[in-house]
Amino acid sequence: MAAVIKESRSDRIFLLLNYVYLAIALICVLYPLVYIVSASISSPTYVNSGEMWLFPKGITFEGYQRVFENQSIWQGYANTILYTVVGTLVNLLVTIPAAYALSRSDFVGRGFFMAMFLVTMFFSGGLIPTYLLVKNLGLVNTMWALILPGAASVWNIIVARTFFQSTIPKELQEAAHIDGCTNLRLFWKIVIPLSAPIIAVMALFYGVGHWNSYFNALVYLNDESKYPLQMVLRQILVLQEMTGSGIGAATSGEAAMAMNQRADSAALLKYAVIIVSTLPIIAVYPFLQRYFVQGVMIGSVKG
Amino acid sequence: MQKNMSDTVQVKGRSQASAQDKRHTFWKRISRNWELYLLIAPAFLYFLIFHYGPMYGIQIAFKNFLPARGITDSPWVGFDHFIRFFNSYYFWDLIRNTLTISLYQLIVGFPLPILLALAFNEIRNGWFKRTVQTVTYAPHFISVVVMAGIIVTFLSPSTGIIVKMIEWMGFSSPAFLTDPAWFKTMYVLSGVWQSTGWGTIIYLAALSAVDPQLHEAAIVDGASRWRRIWSINIPTIIPTITILLILNVGSILGVGFEKILLLQNPLNMSSSDVIDTFVYRTGLLNVQYSFSTAVGLFNSVVNALLLIAVNQVARKTSEHSLW
Repeated sequence: MAAVIKESRSDRIFLLLNYVYLAIALICVLYPLVYIVSASISSPTYVNSGEMWLFPKGITFEGYQRVFENQSIWQGYANTILYTVVGTLVNLLVTIPAAYALSRSDFVGRGFFMAMFLVTMFFSGGLIPTYLLVKNLGLVNTMWALILPGAASVWNIIVARTFFQSTIPKELQEAAHIDGCTNLRLFWKIVIPLSAPIIAVMALFYGVGHWNSYFNALVYLNDESKYPLQMVLRQILVLQEMTGSGIGAATSGEAAMAMNQRADSAALLKYAVIIVSTLPIIAVYPFLQRYFVQGVMIGSVKG
Repeated sequence: MQKNMSDTVQVKGRSQASAQDKRHTFWKRISRNWELYLLIAPAFLYFLIFHYGPMYGIQIAFKNFLPARGITDSPWVGFDHFIRFFNSYYFWDLIRNTLTISLYQLIVGFPLPILLALAFNEIRNGWFKRTVQTVTYAPHFISVVVMAGIIVTFLSPSTGIIVKMIEWMGFSSPAFLTDPAWFKTMYVLSGVWQSTGWGTIIYLAALSAVDPQLHEAAIVDGASRWRRIWSINIPTIIPTITILLILNVGSILGVGFEKILLLQNPLNMSSSDVIDTFVYRTGLLNVQYSFSTAVGLFNSVVNALLLIAVNQVARKTSEHSLW
């Protein structure tokens, strides 16, 4: 907004307060993040006593060392990478073609398909019937139980459809048809090459979802060697802490001692494990922020 | 031009066509694009199997599901499971917890992204704005498990940094993790930390649609910044606010239970048990398939009804609604 007229005094005060407000928001969000990074390379003694509260103190990389020595974290990491790659591929194979078909105004039945997909946004069979279905299909304790039940999201299909509607000109499709180009060829040779941005956005949305999900693994996997990283993290970060200090404080005697000891060793690696597990996303995020934001914005046009 | 021509051709064609011809062209329109059905087939099968399949399975809510006899052949029991649920001593506890957590979240969490987006919109694009945006968006990408891990670590009674800070200020810290009175606040505020920044994106998109000339005219007329926000920016985003509010109220019984499940422990259960965690526990851990399906069905029906009702109200009172 061009300030044509010099800002009034009250406007400048308002703007100043606005900056203060944003600065407070920045600090509130940033502080925990900085604390975690600092704590991950500080001596647990300082961290646990509260002496380390902003900058690293008693620098040590033992936490990271413990993480790298931990077999189950590595296993989880490998599993998560596999599930994320395969899962995202499946997501794209389902989402992109469907979204393209739905974007075509000459597609007879698009209203029916759209309605069929939309209903599932507002009404679902629920946890138990879904579980029974996955069990009956024989998917329990396989990677497919984490991938197939979430093979597409209605929201993402709508986002991709909106993209196709606004970027693929109808003339292009008509010209291709006149030249005798079939729909499949058109989709593969013309639409896909023009759709790199939306494929990137979809891959990001789905990929982050797979990387971060734990609930399906909790429900469908019972073999620990198949656990994704988030399930391993759950054991390290949440379960141990809960029993180690939350409830351990209430009990007494030897059991509490043992629990505290376990909590100590967990304390050493928990900050490092937060960093290591979140790093792949946080590291690429600033470069891809544009695409994420784009994805949300395309969605909001029709949403 | 071209479009007009093709339109007139179509109109001419239609006026000549008999009913039989019409059916003929209908099939032609389908067969010409048969490949599009191939493209949508995977999604169609996915929704049919993994969304409509479970909907077929809902019938076990009205049956006594016997795994040996399967979904279709299990004996009907009518509304027995629902009646048992409504009469159980925990029914009102579950409803109360679910509603209070949702409302708490809605009241605290809903206005904040709007305020933040309006604040972002007031300052010029520069390094400061970019930094604040990048940092406040970042927590969105932290997984629920890590989030729960951060919460229990920061609030740990013996070592948590937040507990330590409260003690430095000379107060004695409450037992956040185990005191039922604190569970909801812990849940809501951590959600605010994680999603307020990301939530601004949709409002910023709406705000970018404001015509700059409106602001210029208002400035010439001597309108203050405050006045312009109130009379130009807020009215612009009202449709977005309405839609998001409808969606939020419509899912009021569907709280983000993945986080609750992680933060739940026997000591805070009295205020942390919601319908979804109850379904998970009785259904999958205690294997009461039919009963927990009934509870889940009750939940989704109430949600669907709420969504329809709220949308109806919105349509009556303003021109913005989902449908």
